[in-house]
Amino acid sequence: MSTHAATKAPAVNFHGIWAIYRFEMARALRTLWQSLVTPVITTSLYFVVFGGAIGSKISTVGGVGYGSFIVPGLIMLSLLTQSISNASIGIYFPKFTGTVYELLSAPVSAMEMVIGYVGAAATKSIVLGLIILATASLFVPLSIVHPVAMLAFLVLTSITFSLLGFIIGVWANGFEQLNFIPALLITPLTFLGGAFYSIDMLPQPWRTVSLFNPVVYLVSGFRWAFFDKGDVSVGLSLGVTALFLVVCLAVISWIFKTGWRMKN
Amino acid sequence: MDTILSIVGVSKTYASGHRALEPVDLDIARGEIFALLGPNGAGKTTLISIICGIVTPSTGTVTVLGHDAQKDFRSARRAIGLVPQELSVDMFETVLATVKFSRRLFGKGPNDAHIEQVLRDLSLWDKRDAKIRELSGGMKRRVLIAKALSHEPEILFLDEPTAGVDVALRRDMWKLVHKLRAAGTTIILTTHYIEEAEEMADRVGVIDKGRIILVERKAALMKKLGKRRMLIALQAPMTAVPADLAAWNLALEDEGATLLYTFDSENEDIPGLLAKLGTLGIGYRDLETHKSSLEDIFVDLVEQKDAA
Ligand SMILES: Nc1ncnc2c1ncn2[C@@H]1O[C@H](COP(=O)(O)OP(=O)(O)OP(=O)(O)O)[C@@H](O)[C@H]1O
Ligand SMILES: [Mg+2]
Repeated sequence: MSTHAATKAPAVNFHGIWAIYRFEMARALRTLWQSLVTPVITTSLYFVVFGGAIGSKISTVGGVGYGSFIVPGLIMLSLLTQSISNASIGIYFPKFTGTVYELLSAPVSAMEMVIGYVGAAATKSIVLGLIILATASLFVPLSIVHPVAMLAFLVLTSITFSLLGFIIGVWANGFEQLNFIPALLITPLTFLGGAFYSIDMLPQPWRTVSLFNPVVYLVSGFRWAFFDKGDVSVGLSLGVTALFLVVCLAVISWIFKTGWRMKN
Repeated sequence: MDTILSIVGVSKTYASGHRALEPVDLDIARGEIFALLGPNGAGKTTLISIICGIVTPSTGTVTVLGHDAQKDFRSARRAIGLVPQELSVDMFETVLATVKFSRRLFGKGPNDAHIEQVLRDLSLWDKRDAKIRELSGGMKRRVLIAKALSHEPEILFLDEPTAGVDVALRRDMWKLVHKLRAAGTTIILTTHYIEEAEEMADRVGVIDKGRIILVERKAALMKKLGKRRMLIALQAPMTAVPADLAAWNLALEDEGATLLYTFDSENEDIPGLLAKLGTLGIGYRDLETHKSSLEDIFVDLVEQKDAA
């Protein structure tokens, strides 16, 4: 065998992670206009429709004005769908165009790839969440009781659902499949998850059924951070969110261990 | 031999059940240019993809610079650059951005001087700010080469570098390959064309149906495989090859109407033969030369193998 002393590579490829992260951020910056304007317009529309039309019927929920009440749910709805779509397209697109060959042949571990892609998708979601928050504050009075907790939920949810998006992107074999889970699962679960109402307003058995919807816990925790009250306890919210994060991480490590749908 | 890459017992059966590669053993020496020659579907891309980490082998091990390509993939892969067969590029990126991206991805910090040199060598410097989708196919292939060279790999894989490429780019490519070799880069390329192997390689491996049929130094192989034939249509048929022409390997065909000259690159002497025909006053109507096609060569090789 050869005798030359080949140097060993460093244990972590920071340059590689940074390359992927920057590439993904650049993709968003190319469409900066859309990335910024779309959420602002959408948010404004929600306020006109929900805040204006419905808010005139329901003045307050648990002592909070209806317009303000829906802000956390509105942000959650965008976080969930945008995290998933950003991360899933991020990894699906190279598979689709064939450029994935470079990722697979690079000295980048599976986890580094995840950090790059999911980190970028989560960053975009967090920025998006803050933009929506800023837009909302133009329409309704907002005070955030637990700002640190609010940020923690924002970050945690963005990461978790970007991970889920990454999994979907790896799994998908076509663009239809890419939209399948968000359209069929996430959007309904969010609308039914108390984004625009408190589940206390539901009659039984729907209130109990709702407790099986994980999004209820996300929205509730986030709302607690804003108004110091939620549908379920904040500890439970945090627990469910963390559990979801762990499940996504486990699925991802399993995918990479088996090379599932990434390699032949 | 100073082995830079060692392949031991590598085979591949795809999930579809297709057996693309029978167990392959192959050692590549540091600094050599190795051409993998074979027809469509022979398993060339499969073998390269396994070495580069894109396809998981069913059996066997690959060792790059002493590092196991699976267990120590970081050390192995950062020494490798790959130019894939397909034109897979990020359409919306600029040339410069995508080449810089590749360098970082392979774990290296920025080096603008090197990137500029690579782009200049490939006549891409003027196009550095162009979006890739605005480039022609040949230009896109150059971009892929630039990406592969961005991190200064010690081993470069070129999977059919000249497929769909015009003569000028083919020449440039050959020039680049020679330049890289002079700088010590080990190069492994695949091709369908025996001339290409002849032009560039030090050693040639012939692969067919997932099996490496033979590996030889180019000179030896060309002697063995590079047989050519020239058909000389005579104005008047003859009954026997004149003794004066014994120095050439000649035979008569078509009931004496055609003279068949068989030769290889080593002992080619067409001008000599034609001059001699002139002095002997043997007239001819037409000349036709043939190279043995890759198919002929495979048939020959497989027959030799079966006979052995
Ligand atoms: N992902 C895959 N799944 C199943 N079979 C595959 C796959 N990729 C390649 N094959 C098959 O494996 C065999 C070898 O393919 P490979 O691409 O390695 O050939 P090649 O020598 O590179 O051919 P070409 O000269 O056409 O590029 C072919 O029969 C091909 O159909
Ligand atoms: Mg091929």
